[in-house]
Amino acid sequence: MTTVHERADTFHDNDQKPVGYGRMLRKEDPRFLRGRGRYVDDVQLPGMLHLAILRAPVAHARIVSIDTSAAEASPGVRAVVTGAMLAQQGLAWMPTLSNDVQAVLATDKVRFQGQEVAFVVADDRYAARDALELIDVEYDALDPVIDARRALAPDAPLIRDDLEGKTNNHCFDWETGDEAATEAVFARADVVVSQDLVYPRVHPAPMETCGAVADFDAVDGKLRLWSTTQAPHAHRTLYAIVAGIPEHKIQVIAPDIGGGFGNKVPIYPGYVCAIVASIVTGKPVKWMEDRSENLISTGFARDYIMRGEIAATRDGRILGIRTNVLADHGAFNGTAAPVKYPAGFFGVFTGSYDIEAAYCRMTAVYTNKAPGGVAYACSFRITEAVYLVERIVDCLADELGMDPAELRLKNFIQPEQFPYTTKTGWVYDSGNYEPTMRLAMDMAGYAELRREQEEKRARGELMGIGIAFFTEAVGAGPRKNMDILGLGMADGCELRVHPTGKAVVRLSVQSQGQGHETTFAQIVAEEIGIPPADIEVLHGDTDNTPFGLGTYGSRSTPVSGAAAALVARKVRDKARIIASGMLEVSVADLEWEKGAFHVKGDPGTSVTIQDIAMRAHGAGDLPEGIEGGLEAQICYNPSNLTYPHGAYICVVDIDPGTAQVKVRRFIAVDDCGTRINPMIIEGQVHGGLTDGVGMALMEMIAFDEDGNCLGASLMDYLIPTSLEVPDWETGFTVTPSPHHPIGAKGVGESATVGSPPAIVNAVVDALKPFGVRHADMPLTPSRVWDAMRGQARPPI
Amino acid sequence: MQVPAPFEYERATSVDHAIGLLERLGSTARLIAGGHSLLPMMKLRLANFDYLIDINDLHGELGYIETGPDEVRIGALTRHRELLESTQLAAAFPIFADAERVIADPVVRNRGTLGGSLCQADPSEDLSAVCTTLDARCVIRGPGGAERVVSMEEFHVGPYETAVADGEMLIEVRLPVRPGCGSAYEKVERRAGDWAVVSAGAAVWLDGGTIVDARVGLAAVGPNTTGIPEISAALRGREPSESLFEQAGAIAAASCDPVTDQRGSVDYKRHLAAELTRRTLRRAVERARS
Repeated sequence: MTTVHERADTFHDNDQKPVGYGRMLRKEDPRFLRGRGRYVDDVQLPGMLHLAILRAPVAHARIVSIDTSAAEASPGVRAVVTGAMLAQQGLAWMPTLSNDVQAVLATDKVRFQGQEVAFVVADDRYAARDALELIDVEYDALDPVIDARRALAPDAPLIRDDLEGKTNNHCFDWETGDEAATEAVFARADVVVSQDLVYPRVHPAPMETCGAVADFDAVDGKLRLWSTTQAPHAHRTLYAIVAGIPEHKIQVIAPDIGGGFGNKVPIYPGYVCAIVASIVTGKPVKWMEDRSENLISTGFARDYIMRGEIAATRDGRILGIRTNVLADHGAFNGTAAPVKYPAGFFGVFTGSYDIEAAYCRMTAVYTNKAPGGVAYACSFRITEAVYLVERIVDCLADELGMDPAELRLKNFIQPEQFPYTTKTGWVYDSGNYEPTMRLAMDMAGYAELRREQEEKRARGELMGIGIAFFTEAVGAGPRKNMDILGLGMADGCELRVHPTGKAVVRLSVQSQGQGHETTFAQIVAEEIGIPPADIEVLHGDTDNTPFGLGTYGSRSTPVSGAAAALVARKVRDKARIIASGMLEVSVADLEWEKGAFHVKGDPGTSVTIQDIAMRAHGAGDLPEGIEGGLEAQICYNPSNLTYPHGAYICVVDIDPGTAQVKVRRFIAVDDCGTRINPMIIEGQVHGGLTDGVGMALMEMIAFDEDGNCLGASLMDYLIPTSLEVPDWETGFTVTPSPHHPIGAKGVGESATVGSPPAIVNAVVDALKPFGVRHADMPLTPSRVWDAMRGQARPPI
Repeated sequence: MQVPAPFEYERATSVDHAIGLLERLGSTARLIAGGHSLLPMMKLRLANFDYLIDINDLHGELGYIETGPDEVRIGALTRHRELLESTQLAAAFPIFADAERVIADPVVRNRGTLGGSLCQADPSEDLSAVCTTLDARCVIRGPGGAERVVSMEEFHVGPYETAVADGEMLIEVRLPVRPGCGSAYEKVERRAGDWAVVSAGAAVWLDGGTIVDARVGLAAVGPNTTGIPEISAALRGREPSESLFEQAGAIAAASCDPVTDQRGSVDYKRHLAAELTRRTLRRAVERARS
């Protein structure tokens, strides 16, 4: 069971809200707790029709014919649309976020099980679903490519024959680091350890599946689209490009979103189908995926087959890290990452260690599986990078006979080395790793745990202690080298203070549960002294918020949070000038205390921000050159990413008879710089740690050899419950980001990134008496039992 | 949201009413009790029925646990939660409470029923393994009130198939009571609430220090929950011991017929059959002695 520890500074009542940073109950929670959240599926418009999608039953087949006549004649059906019909409008294919194309509806052949083939629009969702059964599609089966390791075999069937000149299933090659320098350090190292690792395909499985309501008004030419999106502005621009509707005539509205985790960054064919359906029928059209559709067709995560190599001196000095990766991208390259980063931010695989050389070579391939790759709170592939480095560091510790904590402490980048440029070119902004690691070890009682383990081993009991230390790179841009389809990764923010001193702040990012309405109110409150309760946070409506790239990759606080702080400072600067007029002193004679300006040396003579707001909108003169009103707008372009870090320690017990793993304890010490609302941070950490237990122990989107998805429901794709997780023990250190206006770093994905290697390391540590050095996720009882018998196998 | 194909729905007002409807509608109709297996299958369109006959209003008639000197009788509409909370059932057969604690979650247990569990005939179903272990008899009522009583071996005729014919309904489960009984159940699952990777139930009847009879029932290792007569034969007349449990486990591993799937490999499942047989026999004997 998860329990929340009582803390002295926990706020139990709303009268104790801070004016700025600190624990505060979430402003958005009353509506969620009372069932008053408004999600896409809650949108009901007059005359609204319902759309259902026919999906491919097989992984790879040519479409011979589609007969829709019976479906068209079915009661309540308004339209049946196939890929051929979309092709006539030039809408059968759409760009992905990675400069590939993806079929909206299949025209030539289907390339993964669950691919969109046709859609029905009907009066209700039952009629639409029933009519799907009446569409008769004749398929000519083709051999599928399921195992990524065989995708480039000379006899492998060609998946992407839609791409001109394409003769194989190669997607892209990518490399980073210095191959020759790495070769040199490996050649002179005392010890080289190599380990094959698979990070299996998993799925974010948000509680709310994907969906949209499209409402195209043929008279004014305006499209309103309510959709489950983490990036409403980016989606609007892409719809303008794909559908040819002028951008000012598109309004994308992301209402309350029931979890995203990256699953709601891509544009899915269903959204486009809903738009087309509304244009065709002249009515609003709703499309909501069911659970199986979400699991089999939308953005998956991971699917990296990696070889990790680490070189070190005999006394445990790490010299170099090298890796070779085979990436399975599915049937279309639908990766949602900055375009210049086809492997996301996997380049941070050198971790938290000061090493001499590093090199990665990656090959990505197409297979007959759903597209995606970057999702599930992965910080653009940092999950894979951290898993790789933290697993091979443990393999090295095993090889050297060193304690894994000691090995990490010996190799950390030192505080005075920051900003630190890694051997793959990433500039870590700040960090102080040892205190974080020591705090986690103290909280865990590390030495005592090792003693307990020794005693238990002597009795034949299986107990394991696993450590992971991670550094993340979050908060994309800067815009000069980070963009999505040409859209620079910066974020706008607008702050307007009303005459009575209440305020509204408009964001370009989009909450999916992160608590933006609270955190951003607190950021603004800290800067201008208006209580968070008096600040309305608006987001998710492109007509009413400034442009920006949205929420994913833990970028809201690093980018938009900076924008919110800076826009508030801009407002405060103007308020200062107005205050100088009100108090009849020069600006230089004013001092700011949170919420008011007073005359230096005379604290009794002051004006509050509320007084100033009324003056800004009221009658009477303002200082010369000052316009009325109290508002400002900004677009923040980060100068660098932020680099949070953390030390995680996991303790597991394994039943020697059944091989079941029990996570007994989990200690998570996070350093995300300045902490705005510690309660929200801890909540995000708790969620991410639970995700980690899921990935490490049970989650996997598996396929059979024909390409049938074996994880098509939550009966088959397991996600953890409160019974599988321990009482989380969280702690923190604070190393502010030097370039962020308030010193904050992103934290939303830290726990998802850091926890899987800690758990796997703990399981492998527990299995040491069996001579186990590695076992791949998911560590189900059956797979752990295989490992105990020396038969650990990759999950694919 | 997953939506089922069209169907008609009627609430039965008595057992005879339900049987009358079943008789008239034949194989196109299906009874619905808890619905926690049936409705997901219908929503996934793996099961399509023209008629659903809701028997939840019959709980007054078919929801009961009656413990007598020779027999425990449980109505088919008795809910999981009632089985879990019954002290008289726990006193006679603690295996029920063991199993109910690991069946799904409280929401399912509030609604799901003993009869529904047995009639679903899922090879991984826990209560089927419990009833197999306890040598239960199933009372099936047909048109005109005719009743027949079948053993668990006869009741389950294949995966998702039972001896209940069109126009018939399972109304009661009878468990024979004999002195000196101890019973236990254990399940290995990948996650709380998941179907069993393997589970085992054991019951022993002791007279003094000797095993008069013993039964083991396994779930998820064959087309139906499996009773293993060879274990009973090997244990009868013997004194309980670790080596005897070991022997029983070996028989369990050899006698079952698992398949490799997402839950585990054949070898692992056989291993579990042995491990869980040993564990449940050990606990059943402890309970019989106490």
